[in-house]
Amino acid sequence: MPLITEPNFKDLEKPVFREFSPGDDFYEALIQTHEGLTDAQSHELNAKLVLFLSNHIGDLRILREAFRLARESVMPS
Amino acid sequence: MLSTYRYPKFEYRCPAEIGQRSSRRVVVVGAGPVGLATAVDLAQQGCDVLLLDDDNTVSVGSRGLCYAKRALEILDRLGAGQMVVDKGVSWNVGRTFNRNDEVYSFNLSPEPDHERPGMINLQQYYLEEFLLKRANALPNLEIRWQNKVVAVDAREADSTITVETADGNYMLDVEWLIVGDGARSGVRRLLGLDIEGRVFQDRFLIADVVMKADFPAERWFWFDPPFHPNQSVLLHREADNVWRIDFQLGWDADPEEEKKPEKVIPRIKAMLGEQHEFDLEWVSVYTFQCRRMKSFRHHRIFFVGDAAHQVSPFGARGANSGLQDSDNLAWKLKLVIDGHAPERLLESYNEERAYAADENIMNSTRSTDFITPKSAVSKLFRNSVLDLARQYRFARALVNSGRLSVPSFLYMSSLNTPDQEPFSGKMIPGAPMDDAPVSDQGQHGWLLRHVANQFIVLLYADREPPADALITDIKACRIRGIGLTPIVIAANATVAAACTDSIKVLIDLKSRFKERYDAEQGTAYLVRPDQHIAARWRKPTVDALRAALARATCN
Repeated sequence: MPLITEPNFKDLEKPVFREFSPGDDFYEALIQTHEGLTDAQSHELNAKLVLFLSNHIGDLRILREAFRLARESVMPS
Repeated sequence: MLSTYRYPKFEYRCPAEIGQRSSRRVVVVGAGPVGLATAVDLAQQGCDVLLLDDDNTVSVGSRGLCYAKRALEILDRLGAGQMVVDKGVSWNVGRTFNRNDEVYSFNLSPEPDHERPGMINLQQYYLEEFLLKRANALPNLEIRWQNKVVAVDAREADSTITVETADGNYMLDVEWLIVGDGARSGVRRLLGLDIEGRVFQDRFLIADVVMKADFPAERWFWFDPPFHPNQSVLLHREADNVWRIDFQLGWDADPEEEKKPEKVIPRIKAMLGEQHEFDLEWVSVYTFQCRRMKSFRHHRIFFVGDAAHQVSPFGARGANSGLQDSDNLAWKLKLVIDGHAPERLLESYNEERAYAADENIMNSTRSTDFITPKSAVSKLFRNSVLDLARQYRFARALVNSGRLSVPSFLYMSSLNTPDQEPFSGKMIPGAPMDDAPVSDQGQHGWLLRHVANQFIVLLYADREPPADALITDIKACRIRGIGLTPIVIAANATVAAACTDSIKVLIDLKSRFKERYDAEQGTAYLVRPDQHIAARWRKPTVDALRAALARATCN
C-alpha cells in the first residue's frame, strides 16, 4: 500500500455529517496539544509525535515515502 | 462616498398607549433580519404580533452579506425568498489563495437538483427591505419604529416592558416576548443575563466599493497576499456592482485611522491594480467574539439571532443561524399559544438551537484560528498545510478559510423518534430536509415548497399507491388538535395516476427523493413544520405515526 495523500481522517466515535469535520477535528486537537508550550517545547513535541506515529505505522516503505515527500516539499531537489 | 442605495425612513407614529399600561400576547423586539423573520413567521401563522424597533430605517451598511441555501429555503417559506434570489448574486465556487497561488477551491452545491443555490450575496439592507415588504402585507403584524424598550420585568408567566418614544413612555404586559435586538442586545442587558465566550484580538476592515469589474461571482480568499502581506483578505461580490473587501489589520491597528479614505483607497488600489476604477461606498472596522447565552430562554422570553449567540464572520454563520432560530421557534410557539402543545415544547427551542450555536461557534472559531494563528507553532502548521495543499489533496481538505453555513443535523433532539429499521443516507431524524425536483399535477416544482408550516407524512409509492386505510387513518389522526397531512411521493406518472383523488401526489421527477431519502415502496417520513425530519419507517402504522407526532410536540 502506498502512502495515502488523499483525505483520510475519520471519526468512529460520533456521526459525521460534513466532509470537513474529521479533518477539522484533527487539526484543532493538534493545535490544542501545543497550547501553552514554548517554541522549544513545541519543537520537541513535534519530534516525539513523529516517533510515536512512525512506530504506529511501522511499515518502512510508507515511512521512507513520507520522509521523502516531506523533505522534497521543504527542499526541492 | 457613493451611494447605490437610498435608505428608507420609516414613519414614527405616536402610540395610543402613551402613559398607559396595556397587554399584548406576542411582542418581538428588533426589526433586523431575525426579528423580522420571526414576526412574519408568527403573523403568517395567524398570531397578532407587535414588532418594536428603536431605529427608523434598515441596516446601515451592507453588514450581513451571505445567505445560505437553508436561509433561502426559510425565506421561501416566509414569502421573501424569490426577492432575495432575484436581487442577490448567486454563487457556489470559492477560491483560496496563498500568496499568489491558488491552493484550494470548493463548490458549495456539488449536488444537482436543489431549487436554491449554495449561497446568495446580498446587502443586509435589501434582505430587511424584502422582509418588510412581507411584513407590511400582513394586517396582524404591527411595526412601531423608534419605540425603544427601556425596562423589562420578567416573570414566570409573562413580562412587563417599558417602551420609550419621543412622546413619552408606555408599558406593556407581554405574554411571549421574542428578543432579536442584535449582538449588543439591550433587553439582554436590562435583564442582566450573561453571554460568555471568547474575544478575538484582531481587527478587520470592511470596505464596500462600487466598480464595474469582470471578476466572476466567486468568493476569493487570500492568505498573505503580496498586496497585503502577513494578513488575510476576502473578496465578495454583492448586488448593484458593489464588492465587499475584507482586510485583516491586526490588533494594533487604529480603527479610526484605518477608516479614513486616504488610508483605505491605497489598500484597495494595491489589491485591484490601477486599471480598476472604483468608489468607496461604506467602510467599517470591526472586532468579533464567539459566545452564546447559557440559555436562549428566560421564563417566557426567547432570544434569537445575535442577541443569543455571536460568531466570527468566517463562514457566514451569523444571520444564517439567526434565521434558523426563528424557523425553529415560530412553529413551536404557535402550537403552545394555541394550546396544542405544552410549554415544555419550547424548551426544545433552547435544546436544539443551543446545540446549533455550539456547532457554529466551533466551526467559526476553527476558521478564525486557521486564518489568524495565535502562536508560532500554529502558524508553522498553517503555512505547512497551505504549502502542501498545492500538491496534496489531504492538505487541501485541511485549508480552512471559513466553513460556510450549513444547517445542523439535530440528531440528538428529544423531539426525534429513533429509527427502528435500517436506512442509509443523510435524512436521519433531526436532519434538515434535502430538496428534490417534483411535479404536482404536471407543474414542475420543488419538494420543499410542498412541505412547510404543518406536520406532513410523506408516503413513498414505488410500484403501487399506499393503502387507502392508512391514508384514511393518517387524515383522521389528531393529537390535541394537531393533524397530519399525507402527501404521496410517486416514483412515476403511472403510480401517481393510480392514487386516489383525495390525496396530494407529487411525482419524484428525477428519482432524487428515492435516492436522497433511501425510499422504498411504503417508506414514510414524518416532517416537522420547519422542514426537519421527525421520524421515518419502512412499514408505517398510524399508531407509530401518532406516537412520533406526540413526541415531536411534547404531547
